Amino acid sequence: MKNRMIAAGFGLCLPMVAIPASAQTLNDVQGRGYVQCGVHTGLFGFAEIGDDGEWHGFDVDYCRAIASAIFNDADAVRFTPLNATERFTALQSGEIDVLIRITTWTMTRDASLGLIFAGVNYYDGQSFLVPTELELTDAAGLDGGTVCVQTGTTTELNLADYFNSRGLTFEAVAFAERAEAVSAFEAGRCDAFTADASNLYSTRMTMVDPDAYVVLDERISKEPLGPAVRQDDIQWFNIVKWVHFALLNAEEFGITQANVAEMAESTNPEIMRLLGRDGTFGEMVGLSNDWAYNVIANVGNYGEIFDRNIGAGSPLGIERGLNALWTDGGIHYAPPVR
Amino acid sequence: MRPSRLPRHAMDASFWRDERVRAVAAQVLAFAAVVAVFAWLVTNTAANLDRLNIRLTLGFFDERAGFNILQTPIPYDNNSTYLRAFLVGLVNTLIVGVIGVILATILGFLVGIGRLSSNWLLARLATIYVETFRNIPLLLQLVFWAEAVLTLLPRAQQAIELPFGATLSVRGLYLPAPVAESALLWVGVAFLAGIAAAYLLGRWARGRQARTGQRFPAASVGLALIFGLPILTFLVLGRPLAWEPPVLQRFNFTGGIPIIPELAALVLGLVIYTAAFIAEVVRGGILAVPRGQIEAARAVGLSSGTTMRRVIIPQALRAIIPPLTNQYLNLIKNSSLAVAIGYPDLVGVFKNTVLNQTGRAIEVVAITMAVYLFISLAGSVFMNRFNARVAIRER
Repeated sequence: MKNRMIAAGFGLCLPMVAIPASAQTLNDVQGRGYVQCGVHTGLFGFAEIGDDGEWHGFDVDYCRAIASAIFNDADAVRFTPLNATERFTALQSGEIDVLIRITTWTMTRDASLGLIFAGVNYYDGQSFLVPTELELTDAAGLDGGTVCVQTGTTTELNLADYFNSRGLTFEAVAFAERAEAVSAFEAGRCDAFTADASNLYSTRMTMVDPDAYVVLDERISKEPLGPAVRQDDIQWFNIVKWVHFALLNAEEFGITQANVAEMAESTNPEIMRLLGRDGTFGEMVGLSNDWAYNVIANVGNYGEIFDRNIGAGSPLGIERGLNALWTDGGIHYAPPVR
Repeated sequence: MRPSRLPRHAMDASFWRDERVRAVAAQVLAFAAVVAVFAWLVTNTAANLDRLNIRLTLGFFDERAGFNILQTPIPYDNNSTYLRAFLVGLVNTLIVGVIGVILATILGFLVGIGRLSSNWLLARLATIYVETFRNIPLLLQLVFWAEAVLTLLPRAQQAIELPFGATLSVRGLYLPAPVAESALLWVGVAFLAGIAAAYLLGRWARGRQARTGQRFPAASVGLALIFGLPILTFLVLGRPLAWEPPVLQRFNFTGGIPIIPELAALVLGLVIYTAAFIAEVVRGGILAVPRGQIEAARAVGLSSGTTMRRVIIPQALRAIIPPLTNQYLNLIKNSSLAVAIGYPDLVGVFKNTVLNQTGRAIEVVAITMAVYLFISLAGSVFMNRFNARVAIRER
């Protein structure tokens, strides 16, 4: 009897993942009337519930842009806050339609997790938040130190690669949640807290004394962050990808939330195609032809989203840098609508 | 199975009326339902994984892990494999489990006996302890202790100097590392000899008490032999052991044996929480011993200490062991909250870091669950054996 019970116990350990069989994400989304979007549990500037009880942030606005393309309604979206370890399972299992959660695009994630990245909406790099009093200029100065880090992130591995490849020693204290890692760092358990730079700027703003800490200029890794979708639905993949490109193209052509109605009268063929005055580009991906018009009218172009949440117009004040358009010295370059 | 009491003609009327048939049929149906649900889950999962191009494999165990772990009781560095990382996490979990179980038992017994004390203050304090700590969620307690440990301890530069060069700071307790000389072997030999001598002494004392009724303090003399002999040898050989103290570098201490604050916070939280439950188990067990037993023991002239050790505890153990087993298993399972405060246990190292690096969610979670199941079942088997030994034997 006992043996049978043990066997049954092991049997229960088998996965119980129930995945909906439909590959028609757009149909499902239209049927239920909103986009289910996986976001960060709370990161200032990227995804956070504000004083008004609404979600705000860079990633959140991307969710709203997708909802606008489908429903012409920036509020036709529901948010699922996810931590680092549960995010991919939520997408794989169909709990969310799209994951926009400062997630790094890597080969493993593209090739073996049943998901695919639809673009890069923020070019990030890993850095270190350190006490100003240490007067460090680069991360190598942390040789022999202790670093607080959040588990379930690419950060952990980059950290080890950086120190080990240079023959430097370090200790890593890995926490499940960012809040505990930051609080241990503030208590002096660690000499540095490491994460993507965007995350560090946000973290620094929420610390007791932001001026006592500084983000190092050095970037020890490439962290292209972007939205991810399931691999089995090319139509949905195209929608998410092209909403992103529409935001970039709109900035390139100077189309903003304020002037989009005026721009719709433009005779520039590129703008006419983007805003649905010419061709049937929206219909090709299952949307209405004014999809991009609706996106820009509801959330603005890429530059507006950036400035409002994390850039010059926000307390974070992150510089565009790599995230500027290719025409302004950055590396954002969207394929044309044609 | 008890025989049916229905009259014969009633049984002939319909087999549904037969209690035995109904019982068997219900079991067969329940079993079939469980199998069907299980089969549906497995096929559904397999089909969906196939659709998403996800293949289940354990091949990743041989790959290089590439990350560092804070506490490595077995040799490990970033070039080790994921299998090695898994083992480090497992050993770290077992370390917390073993230390936690021992300390929680000691504290739990003290508090449980304290609640029954005739000393009013002691009994009330024990009650307050139990009611406070068993009614606050463990995760909150762990975060509290982690925060408390880190806040109370000074920075590495202002570390508290302890005897023998040990230091205590927010970076942990750094003990001096022992550097053994070859003569130390004789201390070990003396230790083993002490154990053998204590064993023989115990046998002789029991035999003499059985023959003559005279008692001999075998326990204390035995302990003196076990610890005294090696200490004496150590001194005679001129202390063949050097200590290498930890040295403060720019950021951290190097050298010495570190005990990380996360371990301290985790053990503290688990022990204080679990001991509250064990105290209640112990109190219940002691109250289950009939009052007449105690009165009889006092009547034949046993002291209160002897009454406790020889009469009450052996009988109380029968009521204590089964629920105590539950508490031990709870402690080990609760230790999986370690990752919340940064202790690198099995869940932190394997289910979080390895899962994320490899993306093998299903395999990793299944293995993690299987490991906890195995530890718990092994713990149950061991405690059941122990329980059978202390169980009442009819004579």
